[in-house]
Amino acid sequence: MSTHIFNTCSTFNALWLERIQGALQGERFVKMTVGVSRNLFIPFVAIAIFLAMWGAAASKIETSLGTLPGPAKVWEQTAQLYKEHQVSQEKEVAFYQRQEQRNAERLKHDPDYEPKIRPYTGAPTFFDQIGTSLLTVATGFLLASLIAIPIGIVCGMSATLYQALNPLIQIFKPVSPLAWLPLVTIVVSAVYVSDDPLFAKSFVTSAITVTLCCLWPTIINTTVGVSSVDKDLLNVSRVLRLGWFTKTVKIILPSATPMMFTGLRLSLSIGWMVLIAAEMLAQNPGLGKFVWDEFQNGSSDSLARIMVAVLVIGLIGFLLDRGMLLLQRRVTWDRNAVLR
Amino acid sequence: MNTYLSLENLSITFDTDNGPLDVLDDISLKIDKGEFISLIGHSGCGKSTVLNIVAGMLQATSGGVLLENREVDEPGPDRAVVFQNHSLLPWLTVYDNVRLAVDQVFRKTRSKQERHAWTLHNLELVHMGHAMDRRPDEISGGMKQRVGIARALAMEPKVLLMDEPFGALDSLTRTHMQDSLMEIQADLNNTVIMITHDVDEAVLLSDRIVMMSNGPSATVGEILNIELERPRNRLALADAPSYNHYRAEVLRFLHERHAQSDVPVKKSAEESAEEVLKPTLKIAAG
Repeated sequence: MSTHIFNTCSTFNALWLERIQGALQGERFVKMTVGVSRNLFIPFVAIAIFLAMWGAAASKIETSLGTLPGPAKVWEQTAQLYKEHQVSQEKEVAFYQRQEQRNAERLKHDPDYEPKIRPYTGAPTFFDQIGTSLLTVATGFLLASLIAIPIGIVCGMSATLYQALNPLIQIFKPVSPLAWLPLVTIVVSAVYVSDDPLFAKSFVTSAITVTLCCLWPTIINTTVGVSSVDKDLLNVSRVLRLGWFTKTVKIILPSATPMMFTGLRLSLSIGWMVLIAAEMLAQNPGLGKFVWDEFQNGSSDSLARIMVAVLVIGLIGFLLDRGMLLLQRRVTWDRNAVLR
Repeated sequence: MNTYLSLENLSITFDTDNGPLDVLDDISLKIDKGEFISLIGHSGCGKSTVLNIVAGMLQATSGGVLLENREVDEPGPDRAVVFQNHSLLPWLTVYDNVRLAVDQVFRKTRSKQERHAWTLHNLELVHMGHAMDRRPDEISGGMKQRVGIARALAMEPKVLLMDEPFGALDSLTRTHMQDSLMEIQADLNNTVIMITHDVDEAVLLSDRIVMMSNGPSATVGEILNIELERPRNRLALADAPSYNHYRAEVLRFLHERHAQSDVPVKKSAEESAEEVLKPTLKIAAG
């Protein structure tokens, strides 16, 4: 900006110009550096203090599985988990290669043979479990959003429907989804019967449990958003004689999107928390199962590995929320959506 | 006699928790085409209610509004409203806000190019062409109100209804807006009903000032004809005796005859009866 301004003032002495530019840039550079280092430095110090306190406290706690691991041990296990993942991947690749080789050889001797590929059945690694959990939460959350947003919209627009559905929403909202879990498991086992299932039953159970808890915040916030459209804006639509559809699309929905996103963000963070618990309880594949398996395993590394999982769960939850916020900023007009 | 816009014996009663409340009582007013009318009165006297009835947002309990001899019973773009707080859609740009109205009103009668040109024309009219790609939260309060006026004008309304259009603006911006409005009015010669609290604004802009008595059961107290020549210049008028006379008239009405006590008291039956007996002022058109 400053460069642009100064270049247009050609009557200025060139030497002076350079000096001023240099000073400005220098000043700006200092300001920027101070700003960046403030933003990075303070959290960095806080994390360092946290790690130090953790390390000091952990070394004093003796458990049945040895001393509570400090940051160093956890870091070591992170690397270890990654190595295990790599080894497992190599094994998998080798497994399929062997099969192909065998099939090729057999085809040579017996041209009528139909080659079969058996799936790899090695134990899922930590990173596989992360993938499973992410996929499950995404499925459950999307399903919930597809149901909740339309319900929220009609509830917001029709007072009668709101009165009809509100008691149900209020009663089901405070129910812990884990209470649903046994019901969901049984119902899925009974209903979801197929010879060649597209999804594993455990996946369906977990996803539906997530859906059940993701519904409520989105329904409620969408309803509030839709029903609290500024009265003046509705008057504008009356003066313009907007039709029902145009009014909904041009005025009500845009005006409700910020609230809708508030609901979606709440839903997603609750869904993520619930999923981990559901996986632990139901022994469904995912990060929750990883934690439970390590707990049952009870080796000297288990506690460190569980801590890795805890940190990763936190990090993923944080990233999911950030992702939703970025999406909200892209999609809605509300520039006041602050990253918080 | 054919009147352009006629308010005929408007009365409205709202049901409240404390029983029915008569807000307006027998308001009659005849307005000519191209007239600029100001409604002035104390807060809560029902000025906005009158405007809302003309706009069609509220239905009078008795009496009615005739526009070109047709009864008004619902809101419509032929009675465009400029709202006090601009009421622009915050997710649309300045251009799109006006375009939404243009598209809605002229969808069937004008081509896309014509509607585009008409949108731009109206933005230029209020000197907002330069900011047409900005959003309402990126422009100042005065600019927002300009866009609100452009949106209303773009509907080519038969009557322009303005509900304290400049009430939320600072006084310097307000004078700018008033001058702009006078300019536009000189060009287009719209029929306007404007609600205001501002005595200077009323005298400067209006052909007639309708002064309303205090509510409940508010009615037309007095009507003042402003016979100042147009174009009017606020600086030239500041020292003009005629201007100051009109100003004083309005002030006297508001602060002597209809001074509002701090605590609103419910009128006794006698007082209400007196009000009813008082002849309603009707000024013949022309």
